[in-house]
Amino acid sequence: MAYSFPEEVLEHVFSFLSSDRDRNAVSLVCKSWYDIERWCRRRVFVGNCYAVSPEIVIRRFPELRAVEMKGKPHFADFNLVPEGWGACAYPWIAAMAEAYPFLEEIRLKRMVVTDESLELISKSYKNFKVLVLTSCEGFTTDGLASIAANCRHLRELDLRESEVEDLSGHWLSHFPDSCTSLVSLNMSCLGSEVSFSALERLVARSPNLRTLRLNRAVPLERLANLIRRAPQLVELACKQLKALSGFWDVVPSYLPAMYSVCSGITSLNLSYAAIPSSDLVKLISQCQNLQRLWVLDYIEDSGLEALAASCKDLQELRVFPSDPFGAEPNVSLTEQGLVSVSEGCPKLESVLYFCRQMSNAALIAIAKNRPNFIRFRLCIIDPQAPDYLTLEPLDAGFGAIVENCKELRRLSMTGLLTDRVFKYIGSHAKKLEMLSIAFAGDSDLGLHHVLSGCDSLRKLEIRDCPFGDKALLANAAKLETMRSLWMSSCSVSFGACKLLAQKMPRLNVEVIDERGPPDSRPEDCSVERVYVYRTVASRRRLDMPDFVWTLDEDSSLRYS
Amino acid sequence: MGTKHHENRLEYEETELRLGLPGGCLKREFSQTIDLKLNLNASMASSSSPHHQQEKITAKPPAKAQVVGWPPVRSFRKNTLAVQKDGSGGESGAAAAFIKVSLDGAPYLRKVDLKMYNSYQQLSEALGKMFTSSTIGDCGVKELMCESKLIDLLNGSDYVPTYQDKDGDWMLVGDVPWGMFVDSCKRLRIMKSSEAIGLGIVRFDCPFTQKTPRAVEKCKNRA
Repeated sequence: MAYSFPEEVLEHVFSFLSSDRDRNAVSLVCKSWYDIERWCRRRVFVGNCYAVSPEIVIRRFPELRAVEMKGKPHFADFNLVPEGWGACAYPWIAAMAEAYPFLEEIRLKRMVVTDESLELISKSYKNFKVLVLTSCEGFTTDGLASIAANCRHLRELDLRESEVEDLSGHWLSHFPDSCTSLVSLNMSCLGSEVSFSALERLVARSPNLRTLRLNRAVPLERLANLIRRAPQLVELACKQLKALSGFWDVVPSYLPAMYSVCSGITSLNLSYAAIPSSDLVKLISQCQNLQRLWVLDYIEDSGLEALAASCKDLQELRVFPSDPFGAEPNVSLTEQGLVSVSEGCPKLESVLYFCRQMSNAALIAIAKNRPNFIRFRLCIIDPQAPDYLTLEPLDAGFGAIVENCKELRRLSMTGLLTDRVFKYIGSHAKKLEMLSIAFAGDSDLGLHHVLSGCDSLRKLEIRDCPFGDKALLANAAKLETMRSLWMSSCSVSFGACKLLAQKMPRLNVEVIDERGPPDSRPEDCSVERVYVYRTVASRRRLDMPDFVWTLDEDSSLRYS
Repeated sequence: MGTKHHENRLEYEETELRLGLPGGCLKREFSQTIDLKLNLNASMASSSSPHHQQEKITAKPPAKAQVVGWPPVRSFRKNTLAVQKDGSGGESGAAAAFIKVSLDGAPYLRKVDLKMYNSYQQLSEALGKMFTSSTIGDCGVKELMCESKLIDLLNGSDYVPTYQDKDGDWMLVGDVPWGMFVDSCKRLRIMKSSEAIGLGIVRFDCPFTQKTPRAVEKCKNRA
């Protein structure tokens, strides 16, 4: 039956498959389908750069056009992974530069990217179109200048949240006048001033520009000019919209331009802008087609109520704290804001919400209002805050979330939480793929519920919980079905790490401990951090720094 | 809640792998973390686990704000955030100032938030804590296991704390008023005196504890 269609026909059929899962399934049918599929796969996603080696990927997929990859574990964003841990992009970039001359797209997240890598990218691929560096670091504006100068067909340059060493703003001028292909430009992470006239000229000659994210304070007139030249903008973000306060009173002549753009805007990132609630509301109420909003808690409950009333298409909301370390609340943002939005926005499916108080009643209401949640991340500033009304743990509230939101794929929890919440999660959260836990639980039972109950779990990250060896070892086999497990400041002993590595040879068990070699301490001593991930790379990674140890099959300690 | 309950209910007691209860080492850690919590200095090396079964901390100590990585806001975001206070309409500057710290001889870097401290003394104590709980390596710095010794060393003549300012110049720590230092410091490097002299960064006195002015040569070195 596999031979009843010529290869070309099968290839054509496979070209309609875009999801990795479907393509992976197809490649398992039989050897010839595996072969045909691998030659026509154009996009690959590597969720953990250490799960596989560049050689293996290149050998299997010789004709890639787009590569997406992730490096450091998520908790690296919060300084829980020491500097120098790894995730260097260069080995991948170098290998791909040789193997894929027609590569068009590179997307990296949480990786260390050097100027050398950027230069290599800019010179190796004639048809390079898309570079997205999310939360990356290690490069400077010199590297960006190479990209600007050499990538003649660049469509997307997105540096979201990356740490770039800002040597000068002139890199933007390296885009040749012939470059008109830009669709998306995100340089909001850069510190230094860019030449505004260079930016204006770039925008003026980019008829396809839809997304623009800028850095620095943008003077009002220039912002308006910019917008007028790019009427097809759908995404706009400026770091410091100081210009917006009093905007509505002062410059009515610019309003029509703003209004016409606002109605087209589907994504708004104001999460770096200190704009008072009233002005935010004025802006947001013009953006009736808004689907995604990132904002600071200056929006307050009242602003969220207004959002709920005007933006019925809202799908994603992120509310960040303006004063995360303040002991007292500086704004009037409570659980009520989230309740309002969950009531008023029927399409809301993804939430990240920082606040200072929460109640089970609110969570239960939210769960009932929005059973269509896919991502729910709640962060209460005091990580062990109980229900502020009843002083009980928030188990019932989060329990309601997992019970009602049957499609939930990602969950982050905070607050006073006992093992009971993990029981609820294990029983109900069957589609959950990523779970983040901090300062929660009472015993290994909590971890056991999660590992044994969550059938779809791929990523589990835990910090400061009293979870230890028993649950980990009892569920060792589960770890091979997941991408990774991160545990820091928990109660996992070095002895257990050794046992785990021994039991599961296809897992890489990394002990990340800055106190020196783990075998210099008693075996029952807890390790500072353990990072466990499945891998088919034939060798344990060679670029480990001095504070990372992996264990070979014979449990001998391996240094870099 | 706790071990009593789960021992009765769990089947996995019967798994082939049996491990003893966490040993003394673990218990020490928990009590240590409680001590650390009440200590106002941040400690990047602390595996601070303020959560503990019976000993849940109910007070809201200022130290809570100094638990590593909490709240989970990216340092990138913290560094660029402007905080409006009391609706004054003015910005009081960035809420955080994360910079990298390296100690010559130590195998890894740290990140500290300078806005957590109010003086050079506090910074010095925090750095002392940060680098003591780790083995430094073979560079003759093994004696740096004791915190007070490290502070002595920092205050002594073997090590010179230097920082790179906004212009890229390497300067001696302690020359400028604390507030100005926080605003201009981009990274910190505690380097060996011999190297500092070689680079032309001269010091006569301990920068951390004394305010006597001293001559410093600016040098345009990217270390």
